[in-house]
Amino acid sequence: MNAAAERLALSEPGGSFTAAFAWAFSRDLRLTMRHPGETLLVVAFFVLVASLFPLGVGAEPQLLQRIGPGVIWVCALLAAFLSLPGMFASDYADGSLEQMTLSPHPMSGWAMGKIAAHWFATGLPLTVLSPLLGLQYGLGGDTLLALAAALVIGTPVLSLLGAACTALTLGARGGGMLLALLALPLFVPVLVFGAGAAEAQASGLSAAPHLSILAAGLLVALVGLPPAVCAAVRIAMD
Amino acid sequence: MKIPWFYFASPSTFYRLAGWLAPWFFGLAAILGAAGLYVGFIVAPTDAQQGEVYRIIFVHVPASWMSMFIYFVMACYCGVSLTFNTRLAAMMARSLAPTGAMFTFVALWTGSFWGRPTWGTYWVWDARITSELVLLFLYFGFIALANAFEDPRRGDRAAALLALIGIVNLPIIYFSVVWWNTLHQGSSVKLTGSTMQVAMLWGMLLMALSFWMYSIGASLTRVRAIILDRERRTHWVRALAA
Repeated sequence: MNAAAERLALSEPGGSFTAAFAWAFSRDLRLTMRHPGETLLVVAFFVLVASLFPLGVGAEPQLLQRIGPGVIWVCALLAAFLSLPGMFASDYADGSLEQMTLSPHPMSGWAMGKIAAHWFATGLPLTVLSPLLGLQYGLGGDTLLALAAALVIGTPVLSLLGAACTALTLGARGGGMLLALLALPLFVPVLVFGAGAAEAQASGLSAAPHLSILAAGLLVALVGLPPAVCAAVRIAMD
Repeated sequence: MKIPWFYFASPSTFYRLAGWLAPWFFGLAAILGAAGLYVGFIVAPTDAQQGEVYRIIFVHVPASWMSMFIYFVMACYCGVSLTFNTRLAAMMARSLAPTGAMFTFVALWTGSFWGRPTWGTYWVWDARITSELVLLFLYFGFIALANAFEDPRRGDRAAALLALIGIVNLPIIYFSVVWWNTLHQGSSVKLTGSTMQVAMLWGMLLMALSFWMYSIGASLTRVRAIILDRERRTHWVRALAA
């Protein structure tokens, strides 16, 4: 989409949530596609860190099976966190975020579009890759399934929480470390229940309770966090 | 008597009010604290199961209460500051955060000292302790975010929003011992009555009141410093300094 068409799509009178969502989603995904290196770096980081643990803690199969789900979740969490600054920071720096704020479309529409694009570019590849890493840790079939299910429900929550935190730190000093201090503690519940699902499955219990709590968390985050993201962007624009 | 709320919402008048009130709250904290320690160490009997070590609860439980309560009050100030765009509410939120972080740290620290002789470990990763640790990081994040911007008002607003997002952690801490059955024991004091011995309960309540009064005194003292820093270009602060 060229600049003129972009301006047209944004200045369309009336404004609708779905139009804004579709516009931001396709725009951010297209930007990601034009720089595939960034997404691949996140994936490479995920695989690399997960491969370091067996070398660090020793390669006994039982130990690896025990720590596997937790390690994969921590890696997914860090990978999602590392890709957060891309969500708003470059648009903030070149002024396009301000233009989006001025458009007649509801802010929640394009903010959700950006969050969904972030999940597509990070959460989804990590979920698809997780069974491969799980095999490296010798996890069984059911556990792999529970792990992937937990990741597919949990990583959107990470994108939503991360969006709010990264919007809060726009223009702040000490960006990266500050973002870590804000986002990682808020990620803790997702980590606990996400890793808990695969661990429960591995120890012969059902993963369903953990997955239900994760899904409930996702619903709450879907309702509660977009307004917080919009408020944070407005604070940054003042 | 009609309290002139809006009169004291101005930083310059509140500066004088806080300076007048703070010593009274510190005085109350000292008296209540002395009484609480007397009841806790001398009047309260030795616990039948835990021996003398249980006396840590006279610091641990009030500090844990205050760590959550201060966060709640801070979040209320943040809500007021975001809704009504008031400067003083944001300054009060800023001034409460370090005291809240201190009490959270004290709660974790005394908890691990109590855990070593009774549970046999300084630390367990159970829900109550982990969520209290998250609370500590939320306080740190609030303080760091509030000070991360050139424009202090921008920091006020961003940190206020963070505090409001983080408030979901409070019910998790509070109900964690009910929802998860772990090493940390449930609450002995409830609104419907207490399972504690009367002197122990009084010791704990006196210490909690003392910590409460201390928190008010400390935040009023700190808010005076924040007001002076923010209003340093105004006439009244220059007149004060001259």
